[in-house]
Amino acid sequence: MFDKIFVKTYSAPETDEREILRYAGCKDGGEENVTALLHSCLAEGKDAFSYRVCYRVFERETLLSHCPYEEVKKRLENCQYAVLFSATVGLGIDRLIGRYLGTVPARALMFQAMGAERIEALCNRFCAEVKEGAKSKGYACLPRFSPGYGAFPLEAQKSVFPLLDCARQIGLTLNDSLLMTPTKSVTAIIGISEIK
Amino acid sequence: MNIKEYLQLHTVYLDGGTGTLLQEAGLPLGELPERWNTTHAEILVKIHRAYFDAGSNVVATNTFGANTLKFTEEELEEIVKSGIENARRAARESLGTQEKFVALDIGPTGKLLQPYGDFAFEDAVETFAKTVRLGQKYGADLILIETMGDSYETKAALLAAKENSNLPVFVSCAYGGDGKLMTGADVRAMVALLEGMGADAIGLNCSLGPKEIKETAERLIQNASVPVLIKPNAGLPTSYDACYEVGAEEFAQEMAHFVELGARLVGGCCGTTPAYIRALYEKTRDIPLKQITEKTDTCVSSYTHAVYFDSPVLIGERINPTGKKRFRQALLEGDVGYVLTEGLTQQEKGAHILDVNVGAAEVDEKTQLPRYVKELQAVIDLPLQIDTSDPVAMERAIRLYNGKPLVNSVNGKAESMAAVFPLVKKYGGVVVALTLDENGIPNSAEGRVEIARRILAEAEKYGIRKKDIIIDPLALTVATDPNAAKVTLQAVREIKNTLGVHVSLGVSNVSFGLPNRENINAAFFALALENGLSAAILNPNSLEMLKIYHAFCALKGYDENCEQYIRFAQETLISAQQSPTLEHAAGLQGAIVKGLKKEAAEACRRLLNSLSSTEIIEGEVVPALDTVGRAYEEKRAYLPQLLMSAEAAKGAFEEIKKRLLSTGGNAVKKCAVVLATVKGDIHDIGKNIVATLLENYGFEVIDLGKDVAPEKIAEETAARHAPIVGLSALMTTTLPSMEETVKLLKERAPWAKIMVGGAVLTEEYAQRIGADGYGKDGMSAVRFAERIYTLLCKK
Repeated sequence: MFDKIFVKTYSAPETDEREILRYAGCKDGGEENVTALLHSCLAEGKDAFSYRVCYRVFERETLLSHCPYEEVKKRLENCQYAVLFSATVGLGIDRLIGRYLGTVPARALMFQAMGAERIEALCNRFCAEVKEGAKSKGYACLPRFSPGYGAFPLEAQKSVFPLLDCARQIGLTLNDSLLMTPTKSVTAIIGISEIK
Repeated sequence: MNIKEYLQLHTVYLDGGTGTLLQEAGLPLGELPERWNTTHAEILVKIHRAYFDAGSNVVATNTFGANTLKFTEEELEEIVKSGIENARRAARESLGTQEKFVALDIGPTGKLLQPYGDFAFEDAVETFAKTVRLGQKYGADLILIETMGDSYETKAALLAAKENSNLPVFVSCAYGGDGKLMTGADVRAMVALLEGMGADAIGLNCSLGPKEIKETAERLIQNASVPVLIKPNAGLPTSYDACYEVGAEEFAQEMAHFVELGARLVGGCCGTTPAYIRALYEKTRDIPLKQITEKTDTCVSSYTHAVYFDSPVLIGERINPTGKKRFRQALLEGDVGYVLTEGLTQQEKGAHILDVNVGAAEVDEKTQLPRYVKELQAVIDLPLQIDTSDPVAMERAIRLYNGKPLVNSVNGKAESMAAVFPLVKKYGGVVVALTLDENGIPNSAEGRVEIARRILAEAEKYGIRKKDIIIDPLALTVATDPNAAKVTLQAVREIKNTLGVHVSLGVSNVSFGLPNRENINAAFFALALENGLSAAILNPNSLEMLKIYHAFCALKGYDENCEQYIRFAQETLISAQQSPTLEHAAGLQGAIVKGLKKEAAEACRRLLNSLSSTEIIEGEVVPALDTVGRAYEEKRAYLPQLLMSAEAAKGAFEEIKKRLLSTGGNAVKKCAVVLATVKGDIHDIGKNIVATLLENYGFEVIDLGKDVAPEKIAEETAARHAPIVGLSALMTTTLPSMEETVKLLKERAPWAKIMVGGAVLTEEYAQRIGADGYGKDGMSAVRFAERIYTLLCKK
């Protein structure tokens, strides 16, 4: 269990249109023309996504030895295990954004928002599964946390990527500036602790 | 016997997984397995030997990740050298009596190539080349490029192997459950690309088990003309406790099916062990060898799919400055967006392939053709036709094209064939051959057929097959020669029937010099199709041509259930119904405020009949933009609306530009604004929004792109004496780079006013690093630029 990387491919999680509009900067939904734009982008982007996750289960100490950051230590304080995962919705959405960035920026913006909503939905789906699996064995999950947030430096991506073999497993790569491509991707840790 | 000869007569057994065995032998988490070649050679020899003992003919060296991204050149040399030695020793020590070969194993770099990643294509080629040269030096028998997940990186690896060794090269990719690579290429696209470039065997490995890859493997065997390699995982590690879900016997059973279908090289990937290879060998050794047949289909490919010439193919001709002032202007200004829009529109209209030609006075084809090929293939997934008469530009463009291109063109002149055929042979491609030679274009069909015959014979000398040549017997205008069309049609028929090759035409030449050219073009297109035309270079925006195309396909059985025709008919009906309402649109201002681009363009076109362009811009466009801009600033409108209005305004500006060009005038721009996302930062949506808005407000935008070095920004600003610079950064990590840029600008272009923006910036920070303005959003950038411009005007 601890020495293997698992890969999961999901079907499309349900789309939350309000959430997409929120990401696009429309707080209270949008006017008619914005909704029309959203729907036309949804139609064009319907086949652009793939939903892949790869993950690995670690005993707390093992993960800390490969990911020796104070923030991780702190957050995993009461945990026995941790799930390290990376998730991506694929390069298709980056191509769509790229296609319209220099030609129709409004569409680029909407696709950007769609990508943000999709990757969030994928992570939520995966985390819900982990939570359920953990619960059935008497464990609880902590909220996921990612490199680049708070005191967990982006630098940690350099340790995370080899541990998950991201490029080979789900096609996720890291560039020299420590940014991920496909851009609509997440790497994160979920702490798992025994329910007492 | 070398591996290529052996392969002709035998099923070749490859090895199985190495990773799991190394872990069992104690490879710690996080250690690079390739290091064990030198530190734990005995273990590697033992693993390799176990595979030879089990019946493997080919064992791959433990060099999957051996490249200069992970190791220094010195260590890389040690690793490759010992990797090959270990496998050689295993071959010597094994008791197996079969033929044994050592493959230099090459896996992906783990980096994504540009434009979406940050790894340049040529850097990738050079990285692979370093490993290849070592493999050649230390005596590998062949090169196995495997587990590739991206077509572009695969092309780089194969190119490196071909350019730096004379070893046979086998190329294997990792396809997902959807039958595609991670970056989108399907099996037929990869077959086209890899066979075109001369891979000696192609295949699939890793990612899934033999059951899951069944369809993909079958498609591969069905479409390939070279030996096929199948090397799946032992299923997947699905549950927490099981190792891999498929056992050795079951694996062998599943694999036997592929051998029966004609797979020539078989083995295993992750989770498979020597036991799997032994079972595989036992199960399949007596299956008779299946003949590999040359597939005769003509096809080109993009990084997602292949286009086959088995039904009429439409090649969009619009990316071409010939006779188009506006297009030429876009090329001179480096207006990539304009060129991309021409591409996107043609794709929407149903073009299957896009012709790319940037040949015009003052345009340097050698740099611009590759540039636009790169730009187009970043956002459009159609195969491209590289259209140039300059062999240098042609080679550069084909080299970095992500697929198997259509090449336009070669002709019957000895010089042309000597320049073009070697390129087609090296990089792969289908080439359009024009039936003209040193004596010009023959007047008779027979003469053109004769040239076609000669071209095919010459191509064969280079090893270019008939299927990779498309003959263009040249359409000439009927305005000057009443028999012109008749001769061309006869040539089409005879070339197709007697030479058995595909035929294409630049259809619209036929009507040159006549009024209402579409009438003639459409009729000629229909006649040519009926005479066997396989592809036409035409304007996909021409409704008349599309009508002929769709009707022909429906009538000739190319369109099952007339589905495509019905869709086309419905779409044309809808747009026909929509157009009358344009007449009642709420004028230009209304169209811009509502963000309706087509309507804005239409309204502007009408206004241009009675008003000057300045009157339209100042009286209609700018007030409309201000209305939306204010609404946005007051939070009554959102960013998408602001952008849609900007887009609509752009539609109006396009009309004005066209009118100005046709009357010889020039649009008056306010001052220049240099824009860039700073070094290290690849986020450019915010910067692009600012660019769009500034353009709308009449500024000349010089967009340097993303990840731009401070020197470059300073240099461009100084060279153009630009009064305004806009810098964007989205990450805290790139703020120092912004600060550095500001500093350099103050030195080299002290006159320039600098505005900065981006998610992580604050007004306070902007001041601290010495910027002159802070833009919290796109509109505030516009306001800043307007203020500076007003000050400039007052001076």
